[in-house]
Amino acid sequence: MRIALFVTCYNDTLFPEVGIAVVRVLERLGHTIDFPYAQTCCGQMHYNTGYLPEALPLVRRFVDIFRDSEVVCVPSSSCVGMMREHYEKIALASGDKTLQSDVSALLPRVYEFTELLVHRLGIEDVGAVYPHRVTYHASCHSLRNLHLGDVPIRLLRNVRDLELIPMEATDLCCGFGGTFSIKNADVSGAMLEEKLQYVQKTQAEVCTACDNSCLMHIGGALHRQRAKMRTEHIATILGSDSISPATRKDAY
Amino acid sequence: MTPTSEREHQPLDFPSAALPLLHDAQMRGNVRHATGVIQGKRFRVVGEMPDWQLLREAGRQIRAHSLDYLDFYLEQFEQRCTAAGGHVHWARDAAEANRIVLQLAQNPTGRVIKIKSMTTEETGLNHALEAAGIQPIETDLAELIVQLGHDKPSHIVVPALHKNRHQVRELFVRAMNLPHLGDRPEDLAEAARVYLRQQFLSTPVAISGANFLIAETGGVCIVESEGNGRMCLTLPRKLISVAGIDKIIPRFRDLEVMLQLLPRSATGERMNPYNSVWTGVHPGDGPQEFHVVLLDNRRTEVLRDPEARETLHCIRCGACQNACPVYRQTGGHAYGSVYAGPIGAILTPQLALMKRGQSLPYASTLCGACYEVCPVKINIPEVLIHLRGRVVTGRPRSLRALHPEAIIMRSMQWMFLSETRFRLAQQFGRIAQRPWIRRSGWIERLPSILGGWTRTRDLRPLPPQSFREWFQARPRSAIESASKSPPQVSPESSEVPHG
Ligand code: SF4
Repeated sequence: MRIALFVTCYNDTLFPEVGIAVVRVLERLGHTIDFPYAQTCCGQMHYNTGYLPEALPLVRRFVDIFRDSEVVCVPSSSCVGMMREHYEKIALASGDKTLQSDVSALLPRVYEFTELLVHRLGIEDVGAVYPHRVTYHASCHSLRNLHLGDVPIRLLRNVRDLELIPMEATDLCCGFGGTFSIKNADVSGAMLEEKLQYVQKTQAEVCTACDNSCLMHIGGALHRQRAKMRTEHIATILGSDSISPATRKDAY
Repeated sequence: MTPTSEREHQPLDFPSAALPLLHDAQMRGNVRHATGVIQGKRFRVVGEMPDWQLLREAGRQIRAHSLDYLDFYLEQFEQRCTAAGGHVHWARDAAEANRIVLQLAQNPTGRVIKIKSMTTEETGLNHALEAAGIQPIETDLAELIVQLGHDKPSHIVVPALHKNRHQVRELFVRAMNLPHLGDRPEDLAEAARVYLRQQFLSTPVAISGANFLIAETGGVCIVESEGNGRMCLTLPRKLISVAGIDKIIPRFRDLEVMLQLLPRSATGERMNPYNSVWTGVHPGDGPQEFHVVLLDNRRTEVLRDPEARETLHCIRCGACQNACPVYRQTGGHAYGSVYAGPIGAILTPQLALMKRGQSLPYASTLCGACYEVCPVKINIPEVLIHLRGRVVTGRPRSLRALHPEAIIMRSMQWMFLSETRFRLAQQFGRIAQRPWIRRSGWIERLPSILGGWTRTRDLRPLPPQSFREWFQARPRSAIESASKSPPQVSPESSEVPHG
């Protein structure tokens, strides 16, 4: 299958290893990856901060770029959540009939990465090897917008040598919330503190999730506290095999 | 325009109101504990309802229908209530509602008893009564605690949720002069009972709120746990119920849905211990004079916005407050209004015509926990985003374009609208960040607004190569061989349709 990758603006810029791992996993499964270079951002930040008119051209841009893709893979549940929850509404508000029908036609072909593997491709074992103790944070968007349920857990359970440690209150919001983390920095910090108690209680080596936004937030605090634990997007775990563990180094 | 209540004039900025509260470890502990307990109970009793999602949908439809035909149902209510011997008053705003109540509440004892009314908190009725020399006595245990402590409610169902029982004991010891009082829940309930019984028996006027106004019968419904409401509704000679116009439901049988949704969501009970419905006046039975004050206080303004009017579907169960990870950190007082938590974040600024509380729609991570538990399916995150849009467009025209946030948003958009500019920005970021990278290899402090991030978190710097640069640089042969090499998982299994 030809799979178009929408890597998202912040993975592209800050976490290239996620895109690399997605490419590796999907190619390993025999698929061909397209990466349309014109892609940038889905418009989530603008829309969620109250700038609908400013988000519209970004929505239009995304739709134009991926209109003809067979399947679009997005390694970020919050971006997929943005599309599923809001794109139709934004298109409607624009009054642009073509955009409306393009959005409705495209949305069913957009998948979050783990969702693509399990629901579309029917795969729960990607042949990954990852000899670490891992705990999973169920991000709000993966849970309440995409209803991923145990999809990511099923994938992690099939990773060789990975010890999955359940996290208490795994579904508790980490307090990131996009611009919330800056506008309400103190409250966001307090929420993070509570989340970290549960994260650290697992004594895992790695905390993973389907969203690098949450992980940037959790990982940033872990680093500040010089904790032993680090964060890793689920794609980089699924992209690791015995020969080459997928790491950030691949990008260098 | 007439001021709606004295609170109106208080400035309100959520982040700064939250700050001191975040340092109140005792209060935060109490809030976390109490919301946790209620959530646990709610989870259990909701879980035993196989048709819960259908009930929610029914609840949503009933509320939506009620508001779509609000004018009709309000008039029907007025007519039926009047026919049953009640008096209906219309109050445009808080000041008018308070004026009406003040006139009606005059009595020789100089006291009134009150029950279950967040709406009169909204109007600031207690201050108005006190100013007129009438002493209001709250009889709901939690509201009594708030009143005796000269405090403010922090939760719509459990107004004293921020206090624990030891603190309540201290309060009762002082206010009721009971030095030997224990701190078991039954001790506290008993003390309150003795204190309140006096008031019930000697006060001729009661003021209540309402959970529902039933258009079909002209009846009013209140649900509660303690029975103090029942006392207020039956013992005094005169009863005055103050209710927002949004409290209307069309038919008596709609209670079937509402009285399943409300108690399970609010207190995690299958049913409230006391469910009172009264209609007009009955000779020799209960209050002989009955008034309903129907309060608008800008609810019709809320109704005017099709994207936000579902705010008025709310049945004030408080489930969204208990579920909200922001509320659970700050407690209710940070919201600067009787309506705290997610419902407050959408209702308060709308009731203030977006002139106050503009920071409230931003007091959320949009995690969706509120929407998930709301018994009438109010899509609170959606309304929050919509109101953020109204905050942005509501800025004075001259300042709108120059607002720092607007400038950032516009430049980000400009960057995202061109691949070249996006690439350049990535490259520029890598250079610009250099002075900020510490020996640890991470960024530990950032300037100006981004400093909010590095207050509690480090930031991993931009890597030397973006994904797109990696993808572009990778040898063509790698791509070819990757797609040709035998996959580790058999290809047959790789195309199972989504089912
Ligand atoms: S918004 Fe929904 S959950 Fe929140 S108080 Fe109202 S009815 Fe309850």
